Amino acid sequence: MKTIYLDHAATTPVHPRVLEKMLPYLKGQYGNPSSVYRLGREAKKAIEDARERVAQLLGAEPREIVFTSGGTESDNIALQGVARANRGRGKHIITSSIEHHAILHTAAALEKEGFSVTYLPVDKYGQVRIADLEAAIREDTILISIMYANNEVGTIQPIQEIGRVAREHGIIFHTDAVQAAGYVPIDVNRDNIDLLSLSGHKLYGPKGIGALYIRKGTRMAPLMGGGAQERNWRPGTENVPGIIGLGEAVALARENMEERAEGIRRLRDKLINGVLERIDHVRVNGHLEQRLPGNAHFAFEFIEGESLLLNLDLEGIAASSGSACTSGSLEPSHVLLAMGIPHEIAHGSLRLTLGEDNTEEDVERVLAVLPPIVKKLRDMSPLCRESV
Amino acid sequence: MYTDKVMEHFLNPKNVGEIENPDGVGQVGNPRCGDIMKITIKVDDNRITDIKFKTFGCAAAIATSSMITEMAIGKTIEEALQLTNKAVAEALDGLPPVKMHCSNLAADALHAAIKDYQERVGASQ
Ligand SMILES: Cc1ncc(COP(=O)(O)O)c(C=O)c1O
Ligand code: FES
Repeated sequence: MKTIYLDHAATTPVHPRVLEKMLPYLKGQYGNPSSVYRLGREAKKAIEDARERVAQLLGAEPREIVFTSGGTESDNIALQGVARANRGRGKHIITSSIEHHAILHTAAALEKEGFSVTYLPVDKYGQVRIADLEAAIREDTILISIMYANNEVGTIQPIQEIGRVAREHGIIFHTDAVQAAGYVPIDVNRDNIDLLSLSGHKLYGPKGIGALYIRKGTRMAPLMGGGAQERNWRPGTENVPGIIGLGEAVALARENMEERAEGIRRLRDKLINGVLERIDHVRVNGHLEQRLPGNAHFAFEFIEGESLLLNLDLEGIAASSGSACTSGSLEPSHVLLAMGIPHEIAHGSLRLTLGEDNTEEDVERVLAVLPPIVKKLRDMSPLCRESV
Repeated sequence: MYTDKVMEHFLNPKNVGEIENPDGVGQVGNPRCGDIMKITIKVDDNRITDIKFKTFGCAAAIATSSMITEMAIGKTIEEALQLTNKAVAEALDGLPPVKMHCSNLAADALHAAIKDYQERVGASQ
């Protein structure tokens, strides 16, 4: 059976062009970029080219890009690095209640170290309100960290306004752009972003590689001690093939970004409209316009997400859910709860995230198999009166 | 993560539905993750002659519901009260540790249905 992959927010396949670019660096081009001989110099040159490409994606300068092991590490370096270097100035950090755990758990750890953290609420579409942000700012606020776009419901934050407020108050602004980078045009200068995290495996690059943009002059301290790689921000011999892969992935993302986003958006809208036409008692979560092009997020009343996912899996469809039953911790998604979605509705949530490899046929297949699966589970549900 | 037995009962659950005019009804909610299970039973001569379930929950919850209805049918009230969540999990060749609580739901719903039956019988005597 053909796999219909609809979980691009979890990870993306490696693009063939990316793989091709990486292969030489897994074979003959094995030099250490710190070495002086030719093999080393060539590796160094290749990673500097990749750095330039990442900088271009963000409107940054190459020396402001640090390669890391991924989104989680970038988020950690940003939060902990700013906190450590600025604790003398203040101990207050502002973030949102819908961040990825890479931010939330790091913020919680900083709270244990004596920092105080404000978790901004969001509206029902998953957006932070600027008035709330302004009200939360204190004398001793040293950092604002708000994600560019949410990984579950796809809502894009008013980043430009957040950046403006942060700049007006002279507060460092970090954004986790792991889901947004490569999908929406980002300009760190237009948006007044001081720190930005991105990750290779969300934009058709390899896993285990990411980047952190650090605006020059930003006051922060490195987390790890070691060699002088990545200007001390991230010591350790570079993941050369990963960096080369990330460079190619961001170059690909920059090529006709708007056109490709439009293609995915069109398929996504066909999927959303098709589901709404065919199934009752379903809602679409997240913002309808300020939304990542590939994200479709539903809540089906009366049923539970894991049961839904396993049934879809049997049809070869890969998807994800914010249900408590799928979470290991048995807590429903903190994002859905923060948006005011009741626990039992969060239970029936289904995230379908489309990518470039999806086709019209994929969407049609989902629209054919989803309604009978939902019906079958509803017939089994004690909450569903209609199908008794 | 699930055994073949769990998947079998999850995909083709036995005894789904609600008995009309049941002799006992048990509905319980799961305090861990918020799931709900409802079991209805028909009792003849102290024996469970029919049993149906409805479940709002994960695959483990659906499979344990289905399994417990199969295990309970034909049993006397006393025998059915001996059915534990552990026995149901074992009959399914085991459940992942994080899903053990789902089997409590099934046993609790059955016991609640029996208790309801006993109360109704007691009240009419
Ligand atoms: C918003 C967001 N931040 C951070 C991460 C973590 O990225 P990585 O898997 O590269 O560590 C993810 C990926 O799940 C994400 O979606
Ligand atoms: S019913 Fe929620 S985890 Fe099983």
